[in-house]
Amino acid sequence: MPTTQSSESVEKLKADATRALRAADSAEQLEAWRVEYLGRKGRLTSVLRALGSLEIKERKAVGAAANRLRTELESLFDERLLQAKSNTAPAGSIDITLPGRKSGSGGLHPSTQMIREITQAFNEMGFQTIEGPEIELERYNFDLLNIPADHPARDQWDTIWVDSDSRSDVLLRTHTSPMQARVMENTDPPIRVVVPGKCYRYESTDATHEWHFNQVEGLAVDEGITFADLKGTLYEFARRIFGPSRKVRFRCDYFPFVEPGVEMSVDWNGEWIEILGAGMVHPKVLKNVGYDSDKYTGFAFGMGPERISMLQNDISDIRHFFRNDLRFLTQF
Amino acid sequence: MKVPVSWMKEYVDIEISLDELADRLTMAGNEVESIDRTGWIDNVVVGRVQSVRPHPDADRLSLVTVDHGDGEADVVCGAPNVAEGQKIAYASIGAVLFDAYADEPSKTRKLKRSKIRGVVSNGMVCSVRELGIGDDHEGILVLDEGARVGTPIGELIGESILDIELTPNRPDCLGIVGVARDVAAITGNPLREPDTTYESTGPDVNSLASVGIADPDLCPRYTASVIEGVKIGPSPKWLQERLLALGERPINSIVDITNFVMFELGQPLHAFDLDKVVDRKVIVRRARAGEQLVTLDDRERKLGDEMLLIADPERGIGLAGVMGGANTEISETTTTVFLESATFHGVNNRQTARALELSSQATLRFEKGLRSGLSEVGLRRATKLILEIAGGTAASGIIDVYPGAGEEQQSIELNRDHIKKILGFEFEKSVVETTLKSLGFDFRERDFGWQVDIPYWRPDVSIPEDLVEELARIIGYDNIPTTTLSGRPPKWQPQPAMQLRRRVTDVLVGAGMRETISYSATTAAGEARVTLPDDTGVGVGLRNPVSADFAVMRRTLREAILSTVASNSRTWRGPIAVFEAGSVFLKYGEGLPEERQMVTGAFAGPRNDLHWDDSGDTSDFYDAKGALEATLDDLGITAVFEPVEDGTFAPGRTAIVRVPGANNLAVGIVGEVSDDVFSLFDAEVESVAMFELDLAVCLKVVQGADNSDGSGKFTEFVRLPASHRDLSLVVDSGVTVGQIVEIAGRNRIVTSATVFDVFEGKGVPEGKKAIAIRLVYQSPNKTLTADQVGKIEQQTLKQLANELGAELRV
Repeated sequence: MPTTQSSESVEKLKADATRALRAADSAEQLEAWRVEYLGRKGRLTSVLRALGSLEIKERKAVGAAANRLRTELESLFDERLLQAKSNTAPAGSIDITLPGRKSGSGGLHPSTQMIREITQAFNEMGFQTIEGPEIELERYNFDLLNIPADHPARDQWDTIWVDSDSRSDVLLRTHTSPMQARVMENTDPPIRVVVPGKCYRYESTDATHEWHFNQVEGLAVDEGITFADLKGTLYEFARRIFGPSRKVRFRCDYFPFVEPGVEMSVDWNGEWIEILGAGMVHPKVLKNVGYDSDKYTGFAFGMGPERISMLQNDISDIRHFFRNDLRFLTQF
Repeated sequence: MKVPVSWMKEYVDIEISLDELADRLTMAGNEVESIDRTGWIDNVVVGRVQSVRPHPDADRLSLVTVDHGDGEADVVCGAPNVAEGQKIAYASIGAVLFDAYADEPSKTRKLKRSKIRGVVSNGMVCSVRELGIGDDHEGILVLDEGARVGTPIGELIGESILDIELTPNRPDCLGIVGVARDVAAITGNPLREPDTTYESTGPDVNSLASVGIADPDLCPRYTASVIEGVKIGPSPKWLQERLLALGERPINSIVDITNFVMFELGQPLHAFDLDKVVDRKVIVRRARAGEQLVTLDDRERKLGDEMLLIADPERGIGLAGVMGGANTEISETTTTVFLESATFHGVNNRQTARALELSSQATLRFEKGLRSGLSEVGLRRATKLILEIAGGTAASGIIDVYPGAGEEQQSIELNRDHIKKILGFEFEKSVVETTLKSLGFDFRERDFGWQVDIPYWRPDVSIPEDLVEELARIIGYDNIPTTTLSGRPPKWQPQPAMQLRRRVTDVLVGAGMRETISYSATTAAGEARVTLPDDTGVGVGLRNPVSADFAVMRRTLREAILSTVASNSRTWRGPIAVFEAGSVFLKYGEGLPEERQMVTGAFAGPRNDLHWDDSGDTSDFYDAKGALEATLDDLGITAVFEPVEDGTFAPGRTAIVRVPGANNLAVGIVGEVSDDVFSLFDAEVESVAMFELDLAVCLKVVQGADNSDGSGKFTEFVRLPASHRDLSLVVDSGVTVGQIVEIAGRNRIVTSATVFDVFEGKGVPEGKKAIAIRLVYQSPNKTLTADQVGKIEQQTLKQLANELGAELRV
């Protein structure tokens, strides 16, 4: 086979190169080695250049072997270069690979992080963050919100009631919505608030249900607020939390304290995932708190920060949030 | 609500794909959760039984030759009803059929070629159960004679069922016609309402039966018809299939028709055997307390005096809108049917059903508040079907007792400007009118817009906003424009308590602590492991806690944080530095309880993560104190730490934190938790140091702070050089660093006194300790000489010796 004689064999080249590399121990020697073997006119390059003269079958085999050798030699070279440099490290050098001294590794609970992210998005749109009581009166949690007693709509909120001899209308709030009524009772329009806080439901728990959870409520009331404003505000919120390219959809839904009612979902890997419920504040709610419902309109919304956190962080069990396992918490 | 698509197609044409239909229904408010497809099974086709021969070795089996359009197959069949010439469902090898013998009805198995009693069976002739479309497994499914051999079975028996998650405001969609009406509005196709006309040739209905309503508050309308001469038997196949598709068991033609109409229109009905009704007189009244009734399920029910009863002059014959009575049940011998279609009070009906734990399809509808208008429509539809299916003659006219008449018809002014006010834009007139019409709303155009009459089936539409939603949802929310809020932003209101909590949280996170959030409820026994502050008052108990573990609202965060430390100590080898900021619930009395904001934190385990330059020490009191000090510094609170006794903490290793500048208010506590208490938590670390800060008191201190003396403001620093002197003192072990620092700092030239070492042991006499302290001397107006500094130092040493017996260590 006369054609192979013109270039040296890959095996021999490998043997020569590794031997020479072991012998080189200064940066200068290493550079010379690099030029001889890996350089543009180096020996390995010559082998590759000569491939064209080989028969196709042999060309493939030799080519593959030569390329493998190149990768191998390059990484060996990098290793030797690093060694050579450390051998000639300046006096007083320290081991810069030792871990640094960290001052603590504290962190916020993932629910708090998400609540802050959500409220901040709305704060920047002029909504102020406020808070309200977790133990509530039926009047605020239900009656003023157009959810009369014994109405089937109340089934949407299974309630934990407070035990008392003297009264039967105290409960753990089932949503943050009672703050809508409280704010409106105490303040004249314009109103723009977001209300984060704990809520409670009489519900058995599993991976996707928890009796104890957070919500973030929102309310905007003034003259001239419209459904289009609701959409615009929530679109902007979704852009901030889920990124500008996330697809968002609004569909009709029912909550007794809004009309029209809205559900907002985002596209999550091809599936629509419900993010929040919303709607235009029901005229009865406005009247219940003493507002002139001919003059004022508004919108309200509510969402679960744990659910959004689960979505964004790929958490499959909501019960992680309140078990305070550091193996969970330290990941946020 | 399950809606079989083939059934719905009786009322509206559907040209779009089911997926698109589901999507558009969802967008318009009727969320389609899933589309369940039944009867579409691969490798099952229409076959014709060519011949039936007895099996040589088994009397009950036969050998059947089936033409399946692609040849013939010999099959062993055990069904008694197989006969030559039948069109049947033939499953070839590989078909996945429902396992007729499995306990779990949804279990399937793949059909394999098999030998049955020595004869090879090349496939199977299927029963209804094997096809997953019903329960029957007595015999094979026999198809219509006209079925074409070779046709995939799905084309004959396949059904797609929309599973719709209805919202509570749409009882109309509890009838398939209601959903069809939404489909008609969405697609623009016309709705075909069910036929309710029939010929009544019998005597006047009032001569056959009578109805009286004693309690009209619970029954605004009661309509009834009487059909004489009916023949009770099984329903025709089409009717049975309709019910089976919804999982309802066919009973007899009359009962099946009442069920059919309930699913079709949403109106529950009940049929009585009129011959068994005493005096043919029906009375609608509240039950007497303790009155009893045997219901259709043969159970004796004890009734309460708020339950609505259908009765005859002698006894109850049915629980209104919940379940009929056994004494007037339709049986094979029934010839005269009294058909009831009434409107019962929703809340009352629901309470009755709940009290008796009798949740039925009827209650599901009544509780939503049906309109009286529907009862007559339902009655006429069911009467028509009874005449068609069970024969007989209808009495002329209907009984219609209607105490609630006149309150029904609603008419709403839909103002053009109002639409714009709510939605932010205007629809074209034609869009509004087409949409209203497609939903069945009658309207008249007016100057302001439209006067809209609300049909009986939409009790949820009662204000203009409801009509605006109707327009918006049919046109599609996505087609409504998007704007940003304009107008005046509201005035900012200070939220000091919230801001304080946030600030404290941030400081503690900065100090390396991890925030936790625990359940707000606990058990009385669990909470009793720690001591509660003096002023907690009565706690908040829960009437219906989700579990016994969460029976009372917490009055402290101590239990939660110690539990967190303990549970993590079993799984976490690194530092445990955790805190919680949240509400505790105190002093429950007449009004709402006090929700006090507290912060509690704890340190346990190693101080730091394993590190090459760390001593690996365990965290202790001073870690907790440090976090607390960092917090107080940040809040600008100057506090002192004084010894205190507290049942949760170890005596002698605990301090209460007081603010001298604010009436000595106690803002918190810090200490090592006593072994007695901590051992109750079953932790795998030896000790834990904990602090607690009452944010309500902190707020009082911060808000009440008197800064008129310039404290808390910037002070210009002195540019003259300072002198540093380090002293090593020996004092009695009982002397505190606080005492030394106080004395050393008395001279105003001493700007700081910092202890940098405390040592007991070798080289220090028994009962004594050595303390190293650095004093910084600086005068605001001159550079101090060594002599001047020495003089002050001598003074200080003398005071330390006199007051504390401190000696200079040499």
